[in-house]
Amino acid sequence: MKHTLVARVQDEPGVLNRVSSLFRRRSFNIDSLTVGGSETKDFSRMTIVVDTARTPARLVEENLRKLIPIAEVRDVTDMPTVDRDLALIRVRCDASARAEVTQLAEIFRGKIVDVAVDSVIVEVTGDSGKVDGLVDLLRPRGILEMVRTGKVAMVRGTASVAAAS
Amino acid sequence: MILTGAQILWESLMKEGVDLVFGYPGGCILPAYDAMLDYPVRHVLVRHEQGAAHMADGYARASGKVGVAVATSGPGATNLTTGIANAMLDSIPTVFITGQVPSHLLGSDAFQETDVTGITLPITKHNCIVRTPDELARAMKEAFAIARGGRPGPVLVDICKDALQKKAEFVWPDSVSLPGLRAFEAPSPKDLERAADLIGQAERPLILAGHGVIKSGAMQALQQFAERTHTPVALTLLGLGGFPASHPLSLGMMGMHGEAYVNQAIQQADLLLAFGMRFDDRVTGNLKTYAPHAKKVHVEIDRSEIGKNVAVDVGIAADLRTTIEALNAIVPEYRHNAWLKTIGAGQQETRGRDIIHQPDSGNLYAAHVIHDLWQATEGNAIVVTDVGQHQMWEAQYYPHERPRSLITSGGLGTMGFALPAAIGAKMARPDAEVWVVAGDGGFQMTQCELATLQQEQLDIKIAVVNNGYLGMVRQWQEFFYDKRYAATPMLSPDFVKLAEAYGIDGKRVTKRAEVIPTVQAARTSGAATLIDFRVVKEEAVYPMVPAGANLDAMIRRPVTEEVQA
Repeated sequence: MKHTLVARVQDEPGVLNRVSSLFRRRSFNIDSLTVGGSETKDFSRMTIVVDTARTPARLVEENLRKLIPIAEVRDVTDMPTVDRDLALIRVRCDASARAEVTQLAEIFRGKIVDVAVDSVIVEVTGDSGKVDGLVDLLRPRGILEMVRTGKVAMVRGTASVAAAS
Repeated sequence: MILTGAQILWESLMKEGVDLVFGYPGGCILPAYDAMLDYPVRHVLVRHEQGAAHMADGYARASGKVGVAVATSGPGATNLTTGIANAMLDSIPTVFITGQVPSHLLGSDAFQETDVTGITLPITKHNCIVRTPDELARAMKEAFAIARGGRPGPVLVDICKDALQKKAEFVWPDSVSLPGLRAFEAPSPKDLERAADLIGQAERPLILAGHGVIKSGAMQALQQFAERTHTPVALTLLGLGGFPASHPLSLGMMGMHGEAYVNQAIQQADLLLAFGMRFDDRVTGNLKTYAPHAKKVHVEIDRSEIGKNVAVDVGIAADLRTTIEALNAIVPEYRHNAWLKTIGAGQQETRGRDIIHQPDSGNLYAAHVIHDLWQATEGNAIVVTDVGQHQMWEAQYYPHERPRSLITSGGLGTMGFALPAAIGAKMARPDAEVWVVAGDGGFQMTQCELATLQQEQLDIKIAVVNNGYLGMVRQWQEFFYDKRYAATPMLSPDFVKLAEAYGIDGKRVTKRAEVIPTVQAARTSGAATLIDFRVVKEEAVYPMVPAGANLDAMIRRPVTEEVQA
C-alpha cells in the first residue's frame, strides 16, 4: 500500500539528508520524494510517497515528526487531495508519426515541447495514474528518455497543513 | 557584549549551568581551550575521547543533568562516536562539542577534517555545524533544550575554528522555538479511561517498568499505582532501581537473563502495563509468541515507539509520571492474591536452583562476588557496570532500591563503558560510594582512564570480574557453537600491578572468604582501589532465553544433586 505524507520543513542545509538518512536506517521504502518552496519563506514543502508493506505509515509519520527541522507531517492518503506528477518523455517519433503522438498527448492534456528529426519531448502533468496511462501508450513507440518529478499533493478545501501545526 | 566565539561558547555553557566538562584538546578546538581558562569550569582531561563521551553519559545518568564532552576535529570527534551512539540508544541527555576546520576549508579534506555532522547524523537526536560566531549562542541554547526535551538524547555542535576565533555580539536567547521540539502532551481522558477499564477487567496484570520511570521521576507514582492495583512489577535492565527491589511486588528483571518465573508471568499475564519501556528484543524474545494472552497498555514519551515492536490496545504518548498520577486518581483498589500466588510458586522453584543457595564448593563464583559486594555495601553503592556476563550477574545479584544507583550500557551494549562512566558518576555525586563492576575484557578497552581517575583524585572502587575469557561470547559459543571457543580465551595483564603502576591500590581475591574483608578494606581506605576477582572460568549466566526464542523457552541452570537435596 502506498501512503502520501506531506511535510512542512525548515529550509536549512541538510534537512533532506536528515529525512533520507532516517528512511535509509529504518528501512522505510520511499517511492518518491519531492521537495520545493512553500507559502512561507523559511519553510519548504515535502511530499513523500512511502510503501507501507513493511512499516505502518503511522510509524513513518511519527519518526519524521521527531526530526527537529520538521514542523508538521500529515498523512493525506485518505483525504481528498489534488495530486500532481509531471513527466517529460522523449519518445521515438519521425515526421510521419508526429500527428498521432501529438493527438495522444492531447488526449492526456499533454503537449509536445520539443521536436527533433526522429523524436519529440512530450510534457504531461496530472495524477500519477494519468501520467502512467500516457507512458504506457507511448512505450511501444520507444521511450528514449524520461524524467518524472514524483508526486506533489495538496488537500482540497480549506484545511492547510500549515494550519494544522 | 562583543566576544570571541570561544568566549560565547563558555558564556553559553555558564548560562546552562555547566561547571564540568570532559574533553581532550587539539588543533581546531584550541581557541575554546584557551578561553576556558577564564571561566569557572572544571575540565577533566581524558585519555581517549571515547572516555569523555562515557563520562558525560555517566555524569548525566547519575545526576539527571546534561553531560558535556569536548573534542577536536577529525579523530577527536570520531573517537567520540561510540559514546554518542551509547547515549543515543539509552536516551541520555548529553551535549558534544567538537572543533571543526576553519569554514573556508570545509570540504577540502583539510588536515584533521571529517564530516562530523554527517557521521553523527544517525546517532544523535540532533546535530548542527556552526560556521560563524553569531550563530553560536543560539545553537548552544537549542542543543541543551533538545538534549533534555521530550525523550532525551545526545546533541552534537560542530564549531568551525574561525567561528571560535572571530568576534560577535553575545546575545543569549530567552527561549528557543524549534518546530520539531514539542512540549509534553498530557494523556487524554479517553485513553486513561480505556486503560482504567482494562485494569479493571484484568485478573493477571503485570507492570513492565523501564528507564522512563527513572527519567520522568515516576518512582513514587509507580509504587502507589502498583500497591493500589496489587500489580507485580517486572523491570527492564535500565529500569532497575525504578522500583525498590525489596518491595513485595517487585519481580526483578525480565527478558533474556531475567528469572524464569518473571518471563513465565509475562507469558501468562492477561494485561501488560508497559511503563516507559520500548519492547526491546532482549526483553521480548520471539515477538510472534510474546505475551499471547495479554492486552497491552503502552505509556511512552516517544510516540514512534508505540506499536513499533508490539501491537498495543491502548497507547499513551505522554510523560509517564503525569500519566501514572492521573491513573492513580481514577483507578479503584484491586487485589490479585491468586495471581501473586501463582507467580510466587515459580519464584520458589527458581530460588532452589540459584547458585547463591548452593553450598560453598570452594570455588569463587562471580555471582558470589556480586552478592557479597551488595552485602558489604549494604546495597547503597552506585554500581557502574561494563557489558557482558558480570553485567547480568550484577542485575541479578545486586538488588537496587533507588533510582540512578545502577549505571549500565543497555541498548548499545558498549564494552569499555564502566570505568569512564563511573568517573562521570563520581563527579556528579562525589559523596556516593561508586563501584565499577567490569569484566577482564571490557575493562581493558578503556583502562587508560585509570590515569584520568588518578589525575582527578577520585575515590572509585573497581571490581574486575576476571575469568580469562570474553565470558558472554564464550557462553554463546558453549550453548550455540558447540563449544568452539574462537577468539574468546583472553590473556590479561596483572591487574594488581597495573593499578599500582597508576598509583592505585591493587588487591587480588581468589577465595570467597576473602571477598567481604577485601571489599570492606577498600571501602574504608579513602582512596581508589582495584580488586582483581579471579572467578571460575567457564560459568554461564542462567537462565537464558536464546536470541529470538520464545520468552519462556529458557535455558535453566542444570539442577545438581546438591540442589535437589
